[in-house]
Amino acid sequence: MVDKSLELFDCGHRACGGCGPALAAKLILKGAGEDTIIVASTGCMEVFSTPYPETAWKVPWIHSLFENAAAVASGIEASLKHNNRTEKVVCVCGDGATFDIGMLCISGAFERGHDITYICYDNEAYMNTGIQRSGATPYDASTTTTPAGKLSTGNTRPKKDLPQILASHGASYVATASVAYPMDLMKKVEKAVNTPGSCYIQIHAPCSTGWGFEGGKTIEMGKMAIECGLWVNYELENGRLVKAKKVQRVPVEDYLKAQKRFRHLFKPAPLTDEIAKIQAIADANAEKYGIDIKLKE
Amino acid sequence: MSAKLAISRPAEGAAGKTGTWRTFRPVVDREACNECGLCRQYCPDAAIDENLDIDLDYCKGCGICAKECPKKAITMVREED
Repeated sequence: MVDKSLELFDCGHRACGGCGPALAAKLILKGAGEDTIIVASTGCMEVFSTPYPETAWKVPWIHSLFENAAAVASGIEASLKHNNRTEKVVCVCGDGATFDIGMLCISGAFERGHDITYICYDNEAYMNTGIQRSGATPYDASTTTTPAGKLSTGNTRPKKDLPQILASHGASYVATASVAYPMDLMKKVEKAVNTPGSCYIQIHAPCSTGWGFEGGKTIEMGKMAIECGLWVNYELENGRLVKAKKVQRVPVEDYLKAQKRFRHLFKPAPLTDEIAKIQAIADANAEKYGIDIKLKE
Repeated sequence: MSAKLAISRPAEGAAGKTGTWRTFRPVVDREACNECGLCRQYCPDAAIDENLDIDLDYCKGCGICAKECPKKAITMVREED
C-alpha cells in the first residue's frame, strides 16, 4: 500500500482555479506513490506544472516531445529492468497527445508490452493551445476548430473509444476514472502501476476554461457526466469488462446546459434532434456497460 | 556540469504565490465543520493541509471546497483590496 497522505504534486502551479487536470495529477501521484518516474507529453499539464526552471512535481519528471511520451517511457522501463530497479514508469498525457498525436508510439509500446502505466487526463480538446477539437471531443461540442453556427452544430464525430483500442492490443489492465471520484481514481492508479505489462487509465478531467463553467463546479461536472451516462467508470482486465459504476441515469440535458460548449443546442431554440442524438450515445453506453440500476417493482 | 543540465527542482510555490489571483476567499466555519476532509481531497492546488487549514498564499479561490463541503461550512467571501 502506498502512503496516500503524501502530497507529491505541490501548490503554486499555474493551472486555472478549479483545474480538473491539476486535481488528476495530485491524485495520480497519491495512487502511484513516491517511487515513480513521470513521463509527460506536451500539453496543458506540462506547461502549467513545469515552467523551466520550476516544477510542481516532487518525483522525477521528463518531457521530450508531443508525440513520444510512450516511446520515452519504453526506454526508461527497459533501462530500469536492465539495472534491476523497481521504480514505476507512468506516462501522464493529455487527450490530444494520446488520441491523436502520440497514437503511433502508444501502439508500439503496448504491442511490445513494456511494463508502463499510460494515463490520459481527458479534458476533451486541446485546451492549452486554445480549445481545438481532438479525437476525444464529444459529439456536438463547440470548439475553435468546430465552431457552432448557422451551418454547424459543433463537432461532427463521436469520441474515439481508445480504452477498447488499447485493450485490443492485449493490455492487461485498462480502466476509466473521474476526478469526481478520488478514492476510485487512486485505487485504479495503484492497481495499474502494480500490474505487470502495459496498462492504460483514462481520467475524465473537466476543464472550466475550455468547457465554459465556473471553476468551483469542476467536481459537479464530473459527477453529472457519470450520472447521465456520457462518461462511464469501468475496468477491463485482459479485455473483459469486470466492473462498471452503476447509476440511476438522468437525461443528458442538465449536463449539456451547464456548459458553454453545448450552449448552441439550447439557444436560440432547442435543437431537439441533436440532443436526442447525444441521449442516444448515453443510452448506448448504458447498454454496453450495463450501468443502469434496475429497481425492483 | 550539473549546473548546466536541464533539471528543475521542486519547491513550494514554484510558479509564485498564486493566492494573488483570488477574487473570492474561502472562510471556514469551524463550528459547522466535521473534519471529513473532502475539501482537502478535492483541492486541485493542494492548498489545504492535514489540519484542514487553507493556505491563502496559494489558494486561487476556485470555490470547489465550498461547493463540495457536505456541511456547507465554507463560504466564499469577496476579497477587498
